[in-house]
Amino acid sequence: MKDPIRESLTKKSVSAKRETRGKIISFSFTAIIVILVVTIIGFVASRGLIIFFKDGVNPINFLTHSVWAPSKLDSAGHPIVGAAPMIVGSFAVTLIAALIGTPFAIAAALFMTEISPKWGRKVLQPVIELLVGIPSVVYGFIGLTVVVPFVRKIAGGSGFGILAGSFVLFVMILPTITSMSVDALRAVPRYYREASLALGATRWQTIHKVILRAATPGILTAVVFGMSRAFGEALAVQMVIGNAMLLPNNLVSPSATLTSVLTMNMGNTIMGSTPNNALWSLALLLLLMSLLFNFIIRLIAKRGKM
Amino acid sequence: MFNEKVKDKIATGVIYAMSGIIVLILAGLLLYILGSGLRYVNWHFLTSGSKAFQAGSGVGIQLFNSFFLLILSMLISIPISISAGIYLSEYAGKNKLVEVIRISIEVLSSLPSIVVGLFGFLIFVISFKFGFSILSGALTLTVFNLPILTRNVEDSLKSVAQSQREAGLALGLSKWETVIHVIIPDGLPGIITGMIIGAGRVFGEAAALIYTAGQSAPPLDFTNFNVFSITSPLNLMRPAETLAVHIWKVNSEGLIPDAVQVSAGASAVLIIAVLLFNLLSRYIGNLVYKKMTGE
Repeated sequence: MKDPIRESLTKKSVSAKRETRGKIISFSFTAIIVILVVTIIGFVASRGLIIFFKDGVNPINFLTHSVWAPSKLDSAGHPIVGAAPMIVGSFAVTLIAALIGTPFAIAAALFMTEISPKWGRKVLQPVIELLVGIPSVVYGFIGLTVVVPFVRKIAGGSGFGILAGSFVLFVMILPTITSMSVDALRAVPRYYREASLALGATRWQTIHKVILRAATPGILTAVVFGMSRAFGEALAVQMVIGNAMLLPNNLVSPSATLTSVLTMNMGNTIMGSTPNNALWSLALLLLLMSLLFNFIIRLIAKRGKM
Repeated sequence: MFNEKVKDKIATGVIYAMSGIIVLILAGLLLYILGSGLRYVNWHFLTSGSKAFQAGSGVGIQLFNSFFLLILSMLISIPISISAGIYLSEYAGKNKLVEVIRISIEVLSSLPSIVVGLFGFLIFVISFKFGFSILSGALTLTVFNLPILTRNVEDSLKSVAQSQREAGLALGLSKWETVIHVIIPDGLPGIITGMIIGAGRVFGEAAALIYTAGQSAPPLDFTNFNVFSITSPLNLMRPAETLAVHIWKVNSEGLIPDAVQVSAGASAVLIIAVLLFNLLSRYIGNLVYKKMTGE
């Protein structure tokens, strides 16, 4: 015997069905992102590891040797893949860009939060937002037509090289570091400032003895984030670095970065050939560096919380 | 050496000077791009096709490709990112699985775009056999754009007041119905602003596209609506060099004699487009906000 009232009360309502459906749909779309990340790492690793497992290249040699000629074999019969020039190039442009960029970014952030919030919002904020929006190829083009000739005039040589690359990257990562530093400075409680000023400290004393110290984890995160951007930037750097796979002698000799080599050569090699697999190893290295930067940022965030 | 007041003055001066330099850099950049580029931008430049070896080419096809790719990739990524944003802001608790999802989004958003491009090349161009095509490009751009859009949706929804959720539930709506009918409309201005900014980013992206959408722009016949024909603008399987890729291409391996002029003009167009996206995002965000709040 069926009781219609009982049935209508125990049956799932339309609303509840929609709820379940919505939850399932939204979760499955979220899962796509996770699957994507796993596939990206899996695919790049499966290509990038061939050169080590199949061709027997020693990973240490890969990182430290400086001759890149993957189509030739060395005396032991392994392809000659020394990625040191690109690794040095990538780290050099990243570090120099961060070294120039950080003081400017912190100064701008201090201006926006401590010195003149009104002008900061009116002038600096839109400037930073516009700088973020400029596409990287445009930075590369300006690097090519303005920075490279300028470097050539000042330092001699062709003008292409690490110095030009760092300069372009400096402008590119400046807005990233600035806006994240602003967030970090704004998160410092107001009473820190009041307490310091009440003790008779000047504004600068307050800034560098109290505010900057309290915001250090946030600013560090900003800098590492900017560095990870710089490390992964491809086209703008490729256009000004000179693209010579040699260990850089100085800051104005043509050199290469991991990204520039990938951009230039991926199209010129045949899929599955040794030179192509060697390039995938560089892509894997780039991916691992990006994961490392991510890990460092998490570490800083954890430390900062304690 | 100096007393503290003098130090304070010096430090303030230095901060002013460095902030001033940043403003000067942007002003210089914009003036240079627009000053050197705008004089090459005319109707002919914006509409005619490009030539491989001769001077006097335009960027019409590239411009069309850029917009087409943009629309296509936004069509794919908007539903995914809104669903994922809803999940993260409304349903996700604090457990290991959600932690994994959050780490994945962070990792994906910080991957260099060239790595995303190479992944797209490997999976869409080669494994799925889409070739260098609009479709491969749009899918790759989706991968590139998804984490940022998702985070934007999540943030916009999270900023909606808790009382709105309670009100929805108190009216007897289920959580999902509350989200669809109450929370999303309230968070819409933020979502739209974020989408347009994301669109601007996609519009200028080149590294993810050179090995997916390709580096060539075959001539198009805008009267051809047969989607399987290579000259049809709507064909999803044709290679499609975008404006940003074109700038890179003519500079790094260009064979046309007026590469500098073409890229100056194209850069100016690109910058103006990005500026428009920027203004549009604020304008539309405000408009939607006013409409939603009934002001």
